[in-house]
Amino acid sequence: MTARSTSPATSASDGLSAAITDGLLVGWRNLKRIPRIPELAIFAILQSIMFVLLFAFVFGGAIPIPGGGDYKDFLMPGIFAQTIVFAAATTAIGMTDDVNKGIIDRFRSLPMSRSAVITGRTFSDVIYNAGILVVLMVTGFVIGWRVDSIPALAAGFLLLLFFAYGMAWLGVWLGLNVPTVEVAQQVIFTVLFPITFISNVFVPLQTLPSWLQVFAEWNPTSTLTAALRELWGNPNPATSGSLATTQPLLVTIVWVVVIIAIFGPLGVRRYRSMSR
Amino acid sequence: MPDLITADGLVKVYRGRKTSVRALDGLDLSVPEGTVLGLLGPNGAGKTTAVRILATLLKPDGGRATIAGHDVVREPDAIRRVLGLSGQYAAVDENLTGNENLWLFGRLYRLSSPEAHRRATELLAQFDLTEAGDRVVKTYSGGMRRRLDLASALIGRPRLLILDEPTTGLDPRSRLGMWDVIRGLVREGVTLLLTTQYLEEADELADTIAVVDRGRIIARGTADELKSQVGGERIEIVVRDRTVIERAREMLAKDCGGDVTLDEHTRKLTVPAHGGAQTLVQVVRDFDEAGIHIDDIALRRPTLDDVFLELTGHASEDDPGAEAPADGRAA
Repeated sequence: MTARSTSPATSASDGLSAAITDGLLVGWRNLKRIPRIPELAIFAILQSIMFVLLFAFVFGGAIPIPGGGDYKDFLMPGIFAQTIVFAAATTAIGMTDDVNKGIIDRFRSLPMSRSAVITGRTFSDVIYNAGILVVLMVTGFVIGWRVDSIPALAAGFLLLLFFAYGMAWLGVWLGLNVPTVEVAQQVIFTVLFPITFISNVFVPLQTLPSWLQVFAEWNPTSTLTAALRELWGNPNPATSGSLATTQPLLVTIVWVVVIIAIFGPLGVRRYRSMSR
Repeated sequence: MPDLITADGLVKVYRGRKTSVRALDGLDLSVPEGTVLGLLGPNGAGKTTAVRILATLLKPDGGRATIAGHDVVREPDAIRRVLGLSGQYAAVDENLTGNENLWLFGRLYRLSSPEAHRRATELLAQFDLTEAGDRVVKTYSGGMRRRLDLASALIGRPRLLILDEPTTGLDPRSRLGMWDVIRGLVREGVTLLLTTQYLEEADELADTIAVVDRGRIIARGTADELKSQVGGERIEIVVRDRTVIERAREMLAKDCGGDVTLDEHTRKLTVPAHGGAQTLVQVVRDFDEAGIHIDDIALRRPTLDDVFLELTGHASEDDPGAEAPADGRAA
């Protein structure tokens, strides 16, 4: 009997290399799905392009930028930030779907690294969002958005990916806590829409009532947008002089660290407790 | 042979906001290596909960279980290396091809990449999926999907295979095909724990059947032992005229010598027929002589419901849609 068993090539004790291999395998599997369900990526991109076109050509003319500057240059960093904030939805929906379809149970019945399902998911979603960002940036260039330099562009791109990584952890936690994909979508819509709209993405903060300005300034969507505008030399109308507006890059990085510090452990704990 | 699976007084309570459900209430099991145990019971009896605990997907609230000597709570990794799981819950990825699924699970089972490829090709051939191997699983039929699911469970050549309702929802032809596949695996010597709602399926595949009700094992034995416990075959007879029901009942009691159950509404009488077809012939002859008009008469094998009535005194608390497969052996 025992002669039939294939002994596993390595011991299943959670070695780091095993954890990385397994994480990459799960990530590979997640990325394989993208060309198989192209509608997901296509509509994610179309939605962002729709926002670009709506605001650049419909509302943009009615929104003056304090201190001058082209509205398209003002808008594009905000569109990237908004897209990345919504990346949490992709992760949450993917996670919920895996739980409901029983894939997670299959993974949990295998002698694989326990962290791989989550690390693989966060890893593949960052790659996925990188792809979407590239398409959006090309769109931006086509309609006339410009940046100061290529290194600045690269730095901003990395900042966006770092932010996407944080949002993926939020998505993992959310995805493990909702019963169905539909609920995940509802929650995302209800929570993330105000977060992306009560911000500096589409309008200068000066136009908001003062009590809302404080929220909007410290909103991570705003700090990310402001950081990108500064990096790229796009118009970034100054407001109150609070830390969030004077040091947006620093505040954004702190935001991502805080998000991961909160939702990372919560997500992992939720994943572990699935056996209860 | 030593026991590959042991379970001792397993308890699992699902706590809801208002009520809690005792899914397992002191379940005991033992499965010797190289044998097939069929866990038979209706929906909600606790079969899947038991399987999930044994497969290390769920922690019990009480009791203890081991697989190959490893404790399911303390040593899940050791168990995952000897276990293959397939069924209602552990699934395949419908956006990958059959080949990609098997390769992925092989790699996660810690096979090298070439080894995982080889094993995937081998299993696709074994389960008659070679041609479909490069197609996305979304395009598979229900039967193909189940076969791929089973192949996934076998990727690491497990010592123990757990199949949770492997044929539920399959059409009769796919069900027969699945039975053939499972019988082949058993011949190769794998130890199998199988859950099912169908007595016929347990009968076909299992050495020993354990009947589960309300989270406990209420009977255990070979298929023949269980069937003789419920009285083997039975005769069902529907009389046309309501006024002769009492006479029909008396005649059946005389011919068959067992307890006659009566459904007033449908005018259907049921009685154990120890003599099988011979008894049926006798009944037909007697009813004919007495001039009692028969609308329908059949000899049928016991269903899960009969086993349950006999063992528990209550019908299986199941939705009628999930009834045992229609037995084609009725006279």
